[in-house]
Amino acid sequence: MTEQRVIVVGGGLAGLAASIRIAEAGVPVDLFSMVPVKRSHSVCAQGGINACNEVARQQGYSEYQHFDETLIGGDFLNDQHPVLEMTNWAPKIIDLLDRMGVPFNRSSEGYRDLRLFGGSLFKRTHFSGATTGQQLLYALDEQNRRYVSEGKVTEYNFWEFLYPITEGQGDSKRAVGIVAQDMRTMQIRSFRGDAVIMATGGCGLVFGKSTNSVICNGGAASRCYQAGAWYANAEMIQVHPTAIPGADKCRLMSESARGEGGRVWVPSKIGDTRKPKDIPENERYYILEERYPKYGNLVPRDIATREIFDVCVNEGMGVDGMNQVYLDLTHMDPDYLTEKLGGILDIYEKFAGENPRFHPMKIFPAVHYSMGGMWTTYTEGDYQPDEPRGEHKPKGQIPVGTEVGQGLKEGAPNNAMTNITGLYAFGEVNFAYHGATRLGANALLSCIFDGICNGVSVVNYIRDENFKPVSELDQSIFDAATKVQQDKHDALLATTANGTGNKDNNPYQIAFEMGEIMNAQSTVVKTAAGLEKCLDKLAELTERFKNVELGDGAMWTNQSLSFTRTVGDMLILAEAIAKAGLLREESRGSHYRTDFPERDDDKFWKASIARFNATTGKSDIEFVPVKAGLVKLRPRTYGKTAPEKTDTKTPEPANA
Amino acid sequence: MGAAQASIIGSDQRKANREVAVVGRSVIFKIKRCDGPGKPWRWESFKVPTEPGSNVISSLNWIAANPITANGKTTTPVVWDSSCLEEVCGACTMVINGRVRQSCSCLIDEYAPREGDEITLEPMEKFPVIRDLWVDRTRMFNALERVKAWVPIDGTYNLGPGPKESHDHQQMRYALSECMTCGCCVDACPQFSKQDDEKNWESSFIGPQAISQARLFNEHDTGKRLKDERMDTLTGPGGIQDCGNSQNCVKVCPKGIPLTESIAAIGRSATVHAIKNFFTGK
Repeated sequence: MTEQRVIVVGGGLAGLAASIRIAEAGVPVDLFSMVPVKRSHSVCAQGGINACNEVARQQGYSEYQHFDETLIGGDFLNDQHPVLEMTNWAPKIIDLLDRMGVPFNRSSEGYRDLRLFGGSLFKRTHFSGATTGQQLLYALDEQNRRYVSEGKVTEYNFWEFLYPITEGQGDSKRAVGIVAQDMRTMQIRSFRGDAVIMATGGCGLVFGKSTNSVICNGGAASRCYQAGAWYANAEMIQVHPTAIPGADKCRLMSESARGEGGRVWVPSKIGDTRKPKDIPENERYYILEERYPKYGNLVPRDIATREIFDVCVNEGMGVDGMNQVYLDLTHMDPDYLTEKLGGILDIYEKFAGENPRFHPMKIFPAVHYSMGGMWTTYTEGDYQPDEPRGEHKPKGQIPVGTEVGQGLKEGAPNNAMTNITGLYAFGEVNFAYHGATRLGANALLSCIFDGICNGVSVVNYIRDENFKPVSELDQSIFDAATKVQQDKHDALLATTANGTGNKDNNPYQIAFEMGEIMNAQSTVVKTAAGLEKCLDKLAELTERFKNVELGDGAMWTNQSLSFTRTVGDMLILAEAIAKAGLLREESRGSHYRTDFPERDDDKFWKASIARFNATTGKSDIEFVPVKAGLVKLRPRTYGKTAPEKTDTKTPEPANA
Repeated sequence: MGAAQASIIGSDQRKANREVAVVGRSVIFKIKRCDGPGKPWRWESFKVPTEPGSNVISSLNWIAANPITANGKTTTPVVWDSSCLEEVCGACTMVINGRVRQSCSCLIDEYAPREGDEITLEPMEKFPVIRDLWVDRTRMFNALERVKAWVPIDGTYNLGPGPKESHDHQQMRYALSECMTCGCCVDACPQFSKQDDEKNWESSFIGPQAISQARLFNEHDTGKRLKDERMDTLTGPGGIQDCGNSQNCVKVCPKGIPLTESIAAIGRSATVHAIKNFFTGK
């Protein structure tokens, strides 16, 4: 019998979980990553991973409650069946990670400890120190290494995915492999795969500086989109309210700094260059305290985000003329601060080079996560209620069991499959789970769930669907796909070697300008005028990109070439993000339009789907109804009622 | 350690530098460059403007966009490895002013506070250079494979929770588990030698990183089932006995991992392992 293989692109939590699950089922895996998989972006997740647990269960919590919270958190833009399956799996996934040796924090009796996170009244977040993502990634990396040592997984580290290879046209298009490039030798070649899983994460770099790793550029997703995969809810980008703007990237600052008494302010006078301690009280503008006298600095995070943004971007009052405000703790006792906030203050000092006990911190909202991603489908599971349920209250009767297969049909070949047959999207690059905004500590869960649950679907797809094994396909398909990429590569190199490019069109400058406009117009506060301006700017940059010039003509380890090629792909993805934002004339979750401030369910309880139009080079966008049917739509009001019920302890950040 | 060892500055000096850093200054980056394996290396200097919060990464980004040396010669952007920029992935490790560390957390204010101050960047010493500051650390991942740095679970099926564990024991394992395979410890280790040929990896000293990871998995209730196999590797050629006790490793570890404690613990296990092998006739 001919051997069938699976290609996994991306070695973060989603890619590794898929690799392990598929190798375990006896199918060889080829795993591609731009960095050694242990250095993937999943390491950056700090907070934790959500799952129902025994303590919470005995207090009235349930998997179903977790499901309900995730939908309301996502402002009902989530696909409901996959979310139900995910939350039902969550406790099983925690157990599995525990068996793999993840050092989850422990209670005094030796059970797994839990912490409170945003969006819930129950402690349902498992954590491992302040580096939960790193610890989970390492556990999966270790299990994957075991399969590498047994020859069941082949790792291609430092290989960049360039394009999916497909056969057939239209609805019968099927993924049969990929073209990839060795980032060291610059060799471009094709790989055959009976299924291809994209687990390539988010697209933070489209927005310039974000909290993402430098590898999270959205290039791989854009290439699949250009190959015909649909990209859904592109406009849903989560912005973290308090990040430390750095010269190279933005790093998270926990919101507990505000909870412990931090005051947000800017100098009243624009262009005031005095040191903060030299600016007297009456010349400081305490943004949140003056605009929201009742709540002051403790306003909900979406409001804090928008006001900080408004003061800097619209009023031009940012500190030192830059997009940043002071988050000031210097009025407090340094010893108290060390006791309460020591860890996060040390991180600030390490990267910002100032001790926040004596110098006000400088912070600004930063792009953090993409809820949108490649569109995927699924087969519904056993739970088929006669009519959708209303709000689920703690201790309420649970309408459905927690067995595998309630939300999704277990192992159905199309679970998490894109519109291209055999091309799957797992993890952050899958649009299905988080709707219009993501609940804190749900990201790690969705990544591992995709790999562990839907990895089985991939195995079933290649075994049961009776497609011709790709090893029997004609080599010409693969050679042609490789040639397209080789030609594109050679043309970029020629801009330096032959001087065909224009020096003024430096790729780093184009990327910088793209990040500036996307951050200003397509993140926290959006308007039709701003988004139109953004689209115009993207069109200008796209024109300039046609005459880009590389700074490096080397045939060996040419990072400029890789970066430049990706800038072109980022511009294409950016257009879809901005246009979907322009067409969604409502406010929902992280998408806030000042010209349409209300949620409009009649028109927009729908996913935006972007299809790449090869003729125009731009997106065609259509809105299609959200796949619901399990839970009834209701207003998103918990922000007004929940805080009174919690104790005085500051909840952990919801979207860390 | 690196050639420019004399310019190593301590953390107190770095904090003091921060306080006096001149706003709007330019600094000189002296970078050891190499176009690829087997190619000659050379120094190139770049004059780079600083901005608030500048670090080595933002400076290398600036050079990528403006690849012109301090003498006005057009050159190629410098090649280096990076990913998270938060000192949790380990990718951007290099030798800065003679000391191995991550470049993302290396602030220019702390190293070059005055106009024209110089910072030297070199690739790690113990690994083959791919290009410029980018080195190939595959050997470290290979070492993890050799010491079977994993918990041998029965598979990914739903089989209930893992072993219970005390709070203190978890804290001990967590400290070891923060190792990001960055390579600072092995780069600074006098016994860990550069081996460009893969064939020599198994016979030369495996280094503190892999020894400490072996301890991490020996300390796990399920992980210890492979303890004998790990100890076979660590008592073989290039094993624990090659440690020269210089204690450089623990000094350069960015995560403060107790590497020398791990080496001592594995040393004790090695003795027990040898006695056990003696009596079982292995």
